[in-house]
Amino acid sequence: MTNVSIMTFNILSILPILILSGFGMIVLLVDVLSSRRLGEKNLLAYISLIGIILAAIFARSPAGTTLFSFNESFAIDNYSLFFNFIFLLSTGLTILISHSYIKREEINHGEYYALILFSTIGMMLMAAGADLLNIFIGLEVMSISIYILTGFKRSKLISNEASLKYFLLGAFATGFLLYGISLVYGSTGAINLKQIASFIASKGGISDPVLLMGMGLIIIGLGFKVASVPFHAWVPDVYEGAPTAITAFMSVGPKAAGFAAFLRILITAFGSAHDEWQKIIYILAILTMTTGNVIAIAQTNIKRMLAYSSIAHAGYLLIALVSANDMGVSGTLFYMLAYTFMNIGAFAIVIVLSRKGDEFIQINDYAGLGFKHPLLALAMTLFMFSMAGVPPTAGFVGKFYIFSAAIKSGYIGLAVIGVINSVISVYYYLRITVIMYMKEPTREFAPLTISPLIVAAIAISVIGTLHLGIFPSKVMEIAQQATLMLK
Amino acid sequence: MLNLVALILLFPLIGTVINGLAGKRLRKETVGYLACGAIGLSFLVSFMVFIGLLQLPPDERLFEKHLFRWIESGSFISAAALQVDPLSVVMILVITGVGFLIHLYSIGYMHHDKGYHRYFCYLNLFVFSMLLLVLSNNFLLMFIGWEAVGLCSYLLIGFWFEKKSASDAAKKAFVVNRVGDFGFALGIMLIFLTFHSIDFTEVFSAVSHGNFEKGSFTVTMITLLLFIGATGKSAQIPLYTWLPDAMEGPTPVSALIHAATMVTAGVYMIARCNALYLLSPFTMTVVASIGVITALFAASVGLVQNDIKRVLAYSTISQLGYMFLACGVGAFTAGVFHLMTHAFFKALLFLASGSVIHALSGEQDIRKMGGLKPHIPVTYKTFLIGTVAIAGIPPFAGFFSKDEILLEALVRGNFIYWSLGAFAALLTAFYMFRLLFMTFHGECRVDHHAMEHLHESPKNMTLPLVALAGLSFVGGFFGIPGANALEHFLAPVLGGHGHTEVRGAVSAGHHGAWLPYLMMVISTAIALVGIFLAYQMYIKKPGLSKKLAERFRLIHKLLLNKYYVDEIYDAIFINPTKKISTQVLWKVIDVRMIDGSVNGIAWLVGRIGSVLRHLQTGYIRNYAFYIVVGCILIIVLAVFGR
Repeated sequence: MTNVSIMTFNILSILPILILSGFGMIVLLVDVLSSRRLGEKNLLAYISLIGIILAAIFARSPAGTTLFSFNESFAIDNYSLFFNFIFLLSTGLTILISHSYIKREEINHGEYYALILFSTIGMMLMAAGADLLNIFIGLEVMSISIYILTGFKRSKLISNEASLKYFLLGAFATGFLLYGISLVYGSTGAINLKQIASFIASKGGISDPVLLMGMGLIIIGLGFKVASVPFHAWVPDVYEGAPTAITAFMSVGPKAAGFAAFLRILITAFGSAHDEWQKIIYILAILTMTTGNVIAIAQTNIKRMLAYSSIAHAGYLLIALVSANDMGVSGTLFYMLAYTFMNIGAFAIVIVLSRKGDEFIQINDYAGLGFKHPLLALAMTLFMFSMAGVPPTAGFVGKFYIFSAAIKSGYIGLAVIGVINSVISVYYYLRITVIMYMKEPTREFAPLTISPLIVAAIAISVIGTLHLGIFPSKVMEIAQQATLMLK
Repeated sequence: MLNLVALILLFPLIGTVINGLAGKRLRKETVGYLACGAIGLSFLVSFMVFIGLLQLPPDERLFEKHLFRWIESGSFISAAALQVDPLSVVMILVITGVGFLIHLYSIGYMHHDKGYHRYFCYLNLFVFSMLLLVLSNNFLLMFIGWEAVGLCSYLLIGFWFEKKSASDAAKKAFVVNRVGDFGFALGIMLIFLTFHSIDFTEVFSAVSHGNFEKGSFTVTMITLLLFIGATGKSAQIPLYTWLPDAMEGPTPVSALIHAATMVTAGVYMIARCNALYLLSPFTMTVVASIGVITALFAASVGLVQNDIKRVLAYSTISQLGYMFLACGVGAFTAGVFHLMTHAFFKALLFLASGSVIHALSGEQDIRKMGGLKPHIPVTYKTFLIGTVAIAGIPPFAGFFSKDEILLEALVRGNFIYWSLGAFAALLTAFYMFRLLFMTFHGECRVDHHAMEHLHESPKNMTLPLVALAGLSFVGGFFGIPGANALEHFLAPVLGGHGHTEVRGAVSAGHHGAWLPYLMMVISTAIALVGIFLAYQMYIKKPGLSKKLAERFRLIHKLLLNKYYVDEIYDAIFINPTKKISTQVLWKVIDVRMIDGSVNGIAWLVGRIGSVLRHLQTGYIRNYAFYIVVGCILIIVLAVFGR
């Protein structure tokens, strides 16, 4: 490598990350300095929210240009900005739904918010990473924070177990990723994505088995993070064991970050070797969708069901990755945004209805909800319809774009399998609606104590799900601009 | 002012949302006035839009309001955009105007119902859907409105869903409409394939620029498919069977379905697509023939029905037949004119019949009525006006529009259209006055129980009746021959020039200028004959009808049973379907094959599940092992898979 100058950075490009880091530390400081009076922790939630809003305000760049920093290893462009928005949105929503939850579960510690903010920083680094090392560092910052958050219910065995499992398997997968990166570096002499791309182009494609192996190992490492089959086995156990608010968080943020890195690496660096990786992703997509949907049918615990549904959604997103055309990329961006709203919304309702110690998270506990709490049931129905892909919701439009991307690239068979999978998924999503409206309640619904913050989260999710479903074109246009930056 | 057009849609939508989400907690008065207010405001805005449109020169009266870009995928672009032109303005005025009066009436009529807020929520949604249908500027958005109208009709016909007949009727309406909707959807797809656009403006300008020959096969297919959709919504042969059953819903809903919304959709759609229809003489013949046959057929069934609402239902089908006859001979203006006047007097008749039913504590059989005239005077007077209007006595609304249709049928069509239409007009006058006489005149056959509660309806019910009676009286003057304001107004959309050709042909040709006037006299005479016969049979010699019924027992039975069409459909379509469904689809395909395979798959999934459950051990070493297996597969695929 030529001489590395760490000072070539543009302050504007890393301002959001700096803001979040600053606010994360402020949260820690306030937590330490404040005496243990009631209500102090509310302050921490608000501080974190302010940090997120400020970061969102400063996460801007001149449209259509790329701001590079750190010797072109860090790129702020429309693409990473779009993802940054998704991350900040999911973090903000997570904080909104956490506030009452962590009080109820008595895990109301200040580090909670700080760790969420740090994890978000990791995601932003991943989305903006223009070289493999930066992506790796982002991934680790994100993952380590989440390992801790998963085990945040210290007194609960299941939470500890989930944390340990996630950490060990995550470390294992990281090994693959890192090994892949070193193999790629070994054969191309570059870690910068553009340089790798020009190396491959100069050779007229990949023939070097070492490079192919490196690419394969990177796919495994990221495949683990986005929960694609067969690297998904941790998902149900971890999702079930983690605090519900963190489950919501990690079903959206890290998945989005994983796809952000996936798209950037495969399209920017290995774009000219499309044929080499598409067959791998093709098989992963089919396996992931089908496994997720089929096993989700059998679940009785709503957190586990949503875990398998999140695996299935990763499968749909892999379809977009296979098609690797503009529509696929912008479809991924759109779908991730839609998924943020509908998934966190669904988890918010799970939180509202559950009791201390994760009681009432069996699907049958939702019987009769439609009569007892019609608005909550209506919102849940909307999220379920959206996940199943029924118009006029965000999920429908997202699937529409992804499947049309596959058809556009000629993967008609894949699109058909995707549609069949969506049909299968209708069964378990609508089952919740059926149980809510058509079954007699099996339990007493205790009066709910709903904090205004979680109501705000549900309201934002409802509005987002409907807005993207009815007025998709504006967001799609922004996603399309973001797509241009990958080439 | 034209920019306000989106508000027309917004008000009913707001009403729906508020009443749907919070109606249970609101006071009844609030719910009712909210719903009425929403439609009332919608009407005011519609009127402002109308004024705005009048200020433009006639040739520029087309305003498109782009709301937002909606679906864009490759070459397929559909915006959510509204279109204001003379045709849609006439429609929105009718829908919101008549709709408002029906809402007002409902406040009184539905007062005791426990589903009050649900009712008004649906009612507002119904009006919203219909407005969306007529205001859309492309076929897809129109289709959304079209489907939403179908959904609302299902919800409202089955409003009293505890009653089996009501939920059956709702289902029937929905299923029959699906058949039509299927044709409509196919038509839209074919339009997109042919024109690469679903925008009204683009499709019709492509047509008018002469890219298509007259009688081209594609256009004929498109128009026929669209017409199948129209027969479903507008209750024409063969898809009319749902409409008579639709009276299971609350009476104001019948008024809404029969007058302002729903059934007018098909006529509107064909008038909207007049450029396409004019290219296909074959389809035009089909439309006109179906229309005139339906008019006659339904009128003949109406002769012998004994349920007050059922008679009105068949008269709606018959009157819709006239509108299709008009469209089929190319006199779209006349069709829309009749649509408008019919909306006035049919809403009036239904609401007045609702008032009768209300007064008699739910009795609908006219054999158990009679002599009600002095007891419910306002209802009687308004019902009389409605009856006179539909029978076609000048100067009431129905006369001008029906006369124009018959004239056009003769001049543009042929003598057969005219004679069948004229005969149907005779029947119409007869059965409507039969209904009037049996309900209000003669001896009172009301049982004493209902007699005790006999009362005139409250003000908020009679007021809409009076308003509609007024409209039924003056409605015809918008389109009187000579100074035909409606025709001039609609000319930019529906092509008034065709009409002047006719008038020219009439005045210059062999018919002579006296023809329209002669036709008026004939029309009036026909109506009077019908009324006279009804008077003879039901007032003068009350026993005569019974004798006739015995004398022509077969015909009477045939008519009473509505030509057994329901039974025939049952025998041809429904029972075989049921039989195939039970014997083959259910017992063989469903139980053996699908259930078998589903159970098999479920068993298999269960097996797979239990295998996978074993995989989901919870042990990290196993999970890590899967990663390794996956890793080996991927490496093999990446390195050697080429």
